[in-house]
Amino acid sequence: MKKMLIALLMTATPALAADDGIVVHLKNHKFSPSVIKVKANKPAMIILYNDDATADEFDSPSLKIERVVPGHKKANIRLRALAPGKYPFMGEFNAATAQGVVIAE
Amino acid sequence: MISSFIIVFREMIEAGLIVGIVLAATRGVPHRGRAVVLGIVAGILGACLVAAFAGELADLFEGSGQEIFNAAILALAVVMLTWHNVWMAGHGREMARELKAAGHQVKTGERTLMALSVVVGVAVLREGAEVVLFLYGIAAQGGTSASGLAAGGALGLVAGGVISGLMYFGLLTIPAGRLFQVTSGLITLLAAGMAAQSVLFLQNGGWLDYFTATVWDTSWLLPEDSITGRLLHTLVGYSQSPTGAQLIAYGGTILVILVLMRLVPQGPKKATRAAA
Repeated sequence: MKKMLIALLMTATPALAADDGIVVHLKNHKFSPSVIKVKANKPAMIILYNDDATADEFDSPSLKIERVVPGHKKANIRLRALAPGKYPFMGEFNAATAQGVVIAE
Repeated sequence: MISSFIIVFREMIEAGLIVGIVLAATRGVPHRGRAVVLGIVAGILGACLVAAFAGELADLFEGSGQEIFNAAILALAVVMLTWHNVWMAGHGREMARELKAAGHQVKTGERTLMALSVVVGVAVLREGAEVVLFLYGIAAQGGTSASGLAAGGALGLVAGGVISGLMYFGLLTIPAGRLFQVTSGLITLLAAGMAAQSVLFLQNGGWLDYFTATVWDTSWLLPEDSITGRLLHTLVGYSQSPTGAQLIAYGGTILVILVLMRLVPQGPKKATRAAA
């Protein structure tokens, strides 16, 4: 069933394939850079490299994103066109240290 | 220990609520316990698989495999919830009238058990995969606090079970005659919320670039990551800042379920009249 669904979805074409994104690293459960500036009202992409051995979840209710990033993996995180403002995010599994903010301006 | 308790508990809220609702909705159907347990076990196994292959999964579909997977299993759950509600609209009234129904009705009742079993499985799988990854991370990091964190995790799982129990026994205080009305209302909202969530995953994966702007923002009033926000997120699909597409999916799902529930023949006797 799942395979069928996946096969079905394969035939659709992705709407966005932006290669250029903002590179962010997660190391020792900290984001660097932890302040990410994007242009307001334009979609953007964060390319998140998890340099730690364990997984973490990029989590942000204001960005409306929950994305698990396994250890030593990268994730392309799409940001919708954002109104000017601050959008905090965190690594949910290590929220004590993994904190950051997207600033749209 | 506290932090791991909070994380595991937060993830378990959704699965806990859904199990409670499913148990209440299937009151009087034989073997429902087996179906729910089956859903939970399958969900846990699935969660371990998803956690183990999280990297491979994420790499599918040009890096948006995780979003597609989440969107697909949520859509599956929406279909199953719809099926259950429509079936209940046709047969629920008889079941309410005589909870110990005749053999024939009971057999048909078991059919939608399968659907609800899938819904339970999906809920456990989605939240469980994160719990597995989180707890695995703790185990891998080792250190002196690992056992305390694991204990916190175990407590979080128990708390999820308590939520199920509260939801279930809370719903059981409703008289049997009205219980099915209430549970089908709850299931309709549950399905609508899941449909909206599914659409959000598609949008985040870049597969649905329409109506991506958020329509309003009530984070000042009720943040989505608060406990109340999480409860309402699961129960009625609350979102602090829904996108246009999410709202369309939410409203559309409710509409489709209500229309299908009206169209379905109301039991065998009235079948001819309802078709008109």
